[in-house]
Amino acid sequence: MPDSQKIIEIEVLRYNPESDKEPHLEVYKVPFSDDMSVLQGAQYIKDHFDGSLTFRWSCRMAICGSCGMMINGIPKLSCETFLRDYYPNRIRIEAMANFPIEKDLVVDLSGFIEKLESIQPYIIPREPRSLDQGEYIQSPEQFNAYIQFTSCINCTLCYAACPQFGLNPDFIGPAAIALLHRYNMDSRDGAAAERMELVAAEEGVFNCSAVGYCSEVCPKHVDPANAVNINKTNAAKDYFLRFLSPKGGSK
Amino acid sequence: MEIFKADVVIVGGGGAGLRAAIAVAETDPSLKIALVSKVYPMRSHTVAAEGGAAGVKKPTDSYEYHFHDTVGGGDWLCEQDVVEYFVRQAPIELTQLEHWGCPWSRTADGHVNVRAFGGMKIERTWFAADKSGFHILHTLFQTSMKYPSIKRFDEHFCVDLLEDEGRCQGVVVIEMGTGEFSMIEARSVIIATGGAGRVFRESTLGGIVTGDGMALAYRHGVALRDMEFVQYHPTCMPVTGLLFTEACRGEGGILVNKDGYRYLQDYGLGPLQDKPKNKYMELGPRDRLSQAFFFEQQKGRTIEHPTLGSVVHLDLRHLGEAYLRERLPLIYEMAETFMGLDPAKDPIPIRPGVHYTMGGIKVDGNCAASLKGLYAIGECASVGIHGANRLGSNSLTELLVFGKVAGVDAARNAKSLTPGKSASLLKQAEATEQRLLALKTKTGGTERISVIRKEMAQSMEDGCGIYRMENTMQATCDKLSELRQRFKNISIDDKSSVWNTDWLTAIELDYQLDVAQSMAHSAIKRKESRGAHQRLDGFELRDDVNYLKHSEAYYVAGDVPRIAYGDVKITTSQPAARVYGAAGEKADQERKGSHA
Repeated sequence: MPDSQKIIEIEVLRYNPESDKEPHLEVYKVPFSDDMSVLQGAQYIKDHFDGSLTFRWSCRMAICGSCGMMINGIPKLSCETFLRDYYPNRIRIEAMANFPIEKDLVVDLSGFIEKLESIQPYIIPREPRSLDQGEYIQSPEQFNAYIQFTSCINCTLCYAACPQFGLNPDFIGPAAIALLHRYNMDSRDGAAAERMELVAAEEGVFNCSAVGYCSEVCPKHVDPANAVNINKTNAAKDYFLRFLSPKGGSK
Repeated sequence: MEIFKADVVIVGGGGAGLRAAIAVAETDPSLKIALVSKVYPMRSHTVAAEGGAAGVKKPTDSYEYHFHDTVGGGDWLCEQDVVEYFVRQAPIELTQLEHWGCPWSRTADGHVNVRAFGGMKIERTWFAADKSGFHILHTLFQTSMKYPSIKRFDEHFCVDLLEDEGRCQGVVVIEMGTGEFSMIEARSVIIATGGAGRVFRESTLGGIVTGDGMALAYRHGVALRDMEFVQYHPTCMPVTGLLFTEACRGEGGILVNKDGYRYLQDYGLGPLQDKPKNKYMELGPRDRLSQAFFFEQQKGRTIEHPTLGSVVHLDLRHLGEAYLRERLPLIYEMAETFMGLDPAKDPIPIRPGVHYTMGGIKVDGNCAASLKGLYAIGECASVGIHGANRLGSNSLTELLVFGKVAGVDAARNAKSLTPGKSASLLKQAEATEQRLLALKTKTGGTERISVIRKEMAQSMEDGCGIYRMENTMQATCDKLSELRQRFKNISIDDKSSVWNTDWLTAIELDYQLDVAQSMAHSAIKRKESRGAHQRLDGFELRDDVNYLKHSEAYYVAGDVPRIAYGDVKITTSQPAARVYGAAGEKADQERKGSHA
């Protein structure tokens, strides 16, 4: 239970498109306890002070990817960020940067979802296999080649961190490229060449200016910057090999 | 109101809903599928499942073993013909998921690996580290993007089913981002909205697990079956209820009380084992382990923690950091982030928390409900495989096996029918819209949603917890009736249209109160102890004479539910003593002997 003696001030960027011209900050005084997450702080405000405060959340354990926000200017999952790390100072929470705000802390993710769909995020089998043949065999090396890139929870914190996405919303961006790389590196898949067109396209990897902030904020250590980098090399290689072979150089 | 004409509409975009959508698309690509979800599908609570999915894999295992583990684990309240189908389909569906890219953990020779789980005689739980649900969900979500016939309605909230000429013919949804209502017509409607555990206080569950689909079907006259059976998972983080997967024990974790004593040996799960042994000690079923905690607490043998309350320790230290990081990376991070401890160095304080609703919308083996055209799958459904207690790792497999069954049958059903009368459906949809807009715009209410929700959750925990008694269950039933009345007087702060979660939460609370009532009233009427329903007031034993029956809760407008009973399908497994540890092994030997 929150200790009623201690209070933390939470400053929230509020925006209701039906009544506000511009987003504005409001401050709430929330009873503080050591174990409270930032998400619980927001829930306290909604439950006790203002039911109209709007934010996405669900699992509370950093796996559903819903509750990303800017916390003192840094993109974080609010469920695994704790008020104790800010107390007794005031903390500011705002909608994720680089996305249009729909209301309060809720941003428009439809562009991100379209990017996910665009990269063909599914196995296009290198060698089709029937169910009665059982599973594909993957050696530990083959497994390790892609497993890290399967860990993305689609929280989009990397987009909130990416300066290039901020400048060009069409950039397919860190998470989608990491997922593309995940399928390209999977020994079951045979469609890397198809996906290469998108990698090298105008909205592809060459937008990246190698800041690496995406990997820094990733709560699941996916290291999307690494995936982007590898694909820059792949795309460059592919470009040169196209001169030698009309089919291109992708595997 | 906007109208979308589909052939099949699926409500719920978790593992079950996605698997069903893919099954419809593969059965007939010309069928239009509407997939409605109140969150982006990859946020669905399937994402939080950790341990794995059960399916026979090892040469030493058999369908028969999986069947007996499941039926005995369910304390003989399973539909045995459905379980027979389930265990045979399980490995096929898990292999299918592998073909779709699911990164199942593997053995050194490149095959899919399996791990031990509670109540399972042989290791048969396929796992993707300790993020099995996460990987299953993302694999299905991403694979679903292959099929152009699946039209997603992401962040759309379902508020009613539409019924005409005795058939379910569509749904009414609210687009959460705009507050606009739409009607989706379809000849088959599949509900896949997950469980309802958030009606309790301390649970492993995400905020979205509010029993929406159960309440929708219930209000349309479909029975909610076996709702008194609510699973407490034995190893949860105190206060928040976050889950430490059963795989912690499958991998060798032990449970100890304040004296460092492995107390499970006192509760019919012994004798003590040095190494993990299937169906012994920590690898007993969830209901028994949670019940053992209750008695340890009664005896004063739990650890009394200043902020966490009564806890016991989950000890993983002997497994070592490297192994824990490989097999249980999420658990490792959760212990570090949320509890500030290192599981390779510190024991983890845990206690039981609400985890799973065994009961749900009553459906047959084809996942069809009593209302024609309506199907239900996954945790919101009661297809009959869990009985009175679900075995860990059966539910992820259930999503796949029955998601497919429902998808195939819903496709067949849709093709066999001609479209219904839009005008009649639209009239109903508009009535629903008016009713819900009135809820939002009404003024003068004095009850806060959060207060009613908290009182409900506390009351469910008090009356319908691990052990139950007549007087406390009655108090819960009374409390829920009171809250039903007070709900009429709620006040909604937010009057806007865009992203009005205040309003949507109120609609969810309305669902939750219905589901909570079905649970509490089913519980108080079951005068025996079976699986997860345990009483301490003179009904401590299982009573097969009177209660080898499914409970069926029927909605009664403005009143408490009517509880009826239905038969249990027994094929080859006659009810017997449900025993684990050495006693279980002995019973197994005797059963084999009698078959010889």
